[in-house]
Amino acid sequence: MLAKRIIPCLDVRNGKVVKGVNFEGIKDVGDPVECAEEYNKQGADEIVFYDITASYEGRGVFLDVVRETAKKVFVPLTVGGGIKDVNDIRETLRAGADKVSVNSQAVKNPQLIKEGADIFGSQCICVGIDAKKIADNKWTVYINGGRVDMGIDLIDWVKQIEQLGAGEICLNSIDADGTKEGFDIDMLKAVCNACTIPVIASGGAGKINDFAEVFEKTGATAALAASLFHFKELTVQEVKQYCRGKGVIVR
Amino acid sequence: MISIIDYGAGNIFSVKNALDYLGLENKLTKDKTEIENADAIILPGVGAFPSAMKMLDSTGLVETLKEQAKKKPFLGICLGMQMLFEKGYEFEEADGLGLIKGKVDKIVAPGMIIPHMGWNKLEFLNDCPLLEGLTDDEYVYFVHSYQAYCDDSAISAYCEYSSKVPALVYDGANVYGAQFHPEKSGKTGLQILKNFGGLIK
Repeated sequence: MLAKRIIPCLDVRNGKVVKGVNFEGIKDVGDPVECAEEYNKQGADEIVFYDITASYEGRGVFLDVVRETAKKVFVPLTVGGGIKDVNDIRETLRAGADKVSVNSQAVKNPQLIKEGADIFGSQCICVGIDAKKIADNKWTVYINGGRVDMGIDLIDWVKQIEQLGAGEICLNSIDADGTKEGFDIDMLKAVCNACTIPVIASGGAGKINDFAEVFEKTGATAALAASLFHFKELTVQEVKQYCRGKGVIVR
Repeated sequence: MISIIDYGAGNIFSVKNALDYLGLENKLTKDKTEIENADAIILPGVGAFPSAMKMLDSTGLVETLKEQAKKKPFLGICLGMQMLFEKGYEFEEADGLGLIKGKVDKIVAPGMIIPHMGWNKLEFLNDCPLLEGLTDDEYVYFVHSYQAYCDDSAISAYCEYSSKVPALVYDGANVYGAQFHPEKSGKTGLQILKNFGGLIK
């Protein structure tokens, strides 16, 4: 059986990890390559780099980070942020990413999903979604880091992106994000029921049991967290050991 | 020197990165003489079976590879593994390299997500030098929608995904095929590549 994946996410700006990290033995705590190596050692099943650089120059530095990481870390790398067209996808994959994650740009131009899937294969096109609850069992899709409500129904969007050839969905709950109260179980259930592609749960992880709960109660195949791992509140290893104890299959 | 066959298929850099990391001398190449002089060969691949075989054919390397597979360690990865078989049925029927008996067709897994993507556990079936040093609890990374259908005798390890999916195949002589990506399978994958490098005499 497939193992459930635990995925740490690193936010990178101008070649540095943005959230302060303090791994033992790492001199420059903000070095993304070293952080990725540390997560790899802890047993991360995949690593996500998110580019929050605004400038063109910053993009080059960011891709250098991906390139260097791909020489040292031998698990799948997903790269998101700042991907606007097929050329950006190509450039990112060439730098050593195995998958790209598109979010706002996919909402503005859904054909990007289809073009990307047709050229590079569905397996490397992950669509990131930021969504917020508006009523019982009803959510809408936001863009620009959760700042702009597009008024698009989440479930309609999920069905559309699957049809366009997305290989995976990374579903972030704006309501749960930052609360540390656990993943958004209702929203994840609704999305997993609406599609047949893998869904990564994102936003809300605060306790070790949140990971076991999301796998027990929803069809999510992976769980992602950033600050929880950044601030060493938990290690990937601890999360996996706990999940294993709860009967969840992990690597 | 390991020749990594560069015939236009993607994902060759991660294979190269992993070999570099392990200190195994390697070169991306489509040059016949270089391949003939190499100590071992890796055939990578991502994409669809018929188009990859066409690309390989256009480099004029099909016969060279068939010949060299009799003489030195030869490892196919992912689609490169599938191309070791006699026939593929992805979109249309296409000839493979025919180095291992069997065919490649859709994964049949009712109710399961296709592609089979993620970390799955290796279940060992027959001895294979590439499995040296592994425990009985090893996971490797898969991404594929088609799989090999072959005799159990050719399967060194499989994984469970509704049915048995061949993960590592071996002809008992020089030819090895990994359906998973050893270059993306963490420590386990690196050990398998290291074992392959160790076959070089």
